Amino acid sequence: MTTVINVPPSLDDHTIEQVLDQVAPLPRDQKVLIDARHTRWASPYALTTMLTLGQTRAERAAFTGPENDDTASYWARTGFYKHAEEIFDLHGHVPRGRNGGESSVLLEITPVAKSEDVHDVVERIQQKAQAILVNELHLDPQATMRFAMTLSEACQNIVEHAQRGGWVAVQTYTWRQRLGRRVVQIAVCDAGIGFRASLENAHGRRISDRWDDGMALEDAVIRGVSRFRDPGRGQGLAGVRRFVGKWEGKLSVRSGTARIAIVPSWDDDVPLAEDLAPFPGAQVQITIPERIPPR
Amino acid sequence: MINHIDVSSVLRRTVCDLYSNLVTRPTGAAVRTEIENLLAAWRGPSLTVIDFSHVNLLDFSCADEVVAKLLLRFDGGAPPQDAYFLLRGVREDHLDAIEAALERYQLALVMQADDGALLLVGTVNDDQRRAWQALRDLGRCAAEDVASAMGGEAADAAALLATLHERRLVMRFNDMYVPLGANP
Repeated sequence: MTTVINVPPSLDDHTIEQVLDQVAPLPRDQKVLIDARHTRWASPYALTTMLTLGQTRAERAAFTGPENDDTASYWARTGFYKHAEEIFDLHGHVPRGRNGGESSVLLEITPVAKSEDVHDVVERIQQKAQAILVNELHLDPQATMRFAMTLSEACQNIVEHAQRGGWVAVQTYTWRQRLGRRVVQIAVCDAGIGFRASLENAHGRRISDRWDDGMALEDAVIRGVSRFRDPGRGQGLAGVRRFVGKWEGKLSVRSGTARIAIVPSWDDDVPLAEDLAPFPGAQVQITIPERIPPR
Repeated sequence: MINHIDVSSVLRRTVCDLYSNLVTRPTGAAVRTEIENLLAAWRGPSLTVIDFSHVNLLDFSCADEVVAKLLLRFDGGAPPQDAYFLLRGVREDHLDAIEAALERYQLALVMQADDGALLLVGTVNDDQRRAWQALRDLGRCAAEDVASAMGGEAADAAALLATLHERRLVMRFNDMYVPLGANP
């Protein structure tokens, strides 16, 4: 029997939880059909999380994409279908639009598994990032390099800790609901071992009674703790946090059953959400808002 | 002896000739290993200029591998050889990553800005910084000269300079100290 997983019409870091809530109680070998026919919009975080979800299924999942042509076509241009057809049994209309050519897509959904992939991502992002971040989002030209540094560190998290490949995507869009401004968003998702298991692997680490996914995220994201003894480790996420703070951005990291967020003044998210549906790996979202030029 | 290492060339030679970005730990470790190999081939006291001019992007992990871990071997009382380092071609975004890496290990280094100005970067206390600045402004001189410039005791200046020398932030020739980047 196949269980149908209903995907909400608008899919972002919060509404994707509705999808994960439906999947969590099911055995991994339960056949599921992810039904996104009525979905009209999805953030890069949501798209990469859906691919990650497909990777977690022992029984290959089925997927039905949006019926709306514009939405389906956009998802094709983000590279979603290129990877989805390797992960899911695709049903319904599968757009054959070419990847690329979409100005809002700074980086199509790209697999990241090894160090060379990070080099490739960084090389590809830079030219387009300069044009979009400076000319369209009015960020300081100096932000471009730091944006690429942030992207590099976020991707390296997969290479160093996940123990399996993941996905990265970078897009801009107008975030009417929460901000009323354009944003650029980096999404980095993997279905690996997650922060808790990664830190538990640390040599001699003492696990306290309160040890859980939320604490593991606090250790890694807020305190810069790494599973490596090397004091130089843990700098990546610290650097991401500094960049996000400087540009009034938002960082959220989900792992296991918890999500931690560095919340800027323009957002009303909670700093730590716990007791979420269990989901493997780590899912990182970095959102940098457009700067409003002074009049 | 003054040596020059173009980090971008080392990157292309050791990792991939298409790369211009210093990103990822494995890349940083490979570049540092090659720099260490070059250093090992140079005998006697040496000042090595590590030039980042042609490096496009330097991320935090790579700054840790290339800069902090290199300096860490030489910081303290028993460096593997009598080597000093001066960084050049460091842009502001490079410096963000380098400073973050230095801070983790309480390290410091000297860099030379495009206009030739020498800058002390990283973790040093106020007295060490004042002594370093006095030496930089005076050029080659003895501890007594630095003490005069600081308005302090010669013994205190000598102790500060000895610490700076141990941290490879100034060079020492007999009783004379020389700022990195100045003519010995």
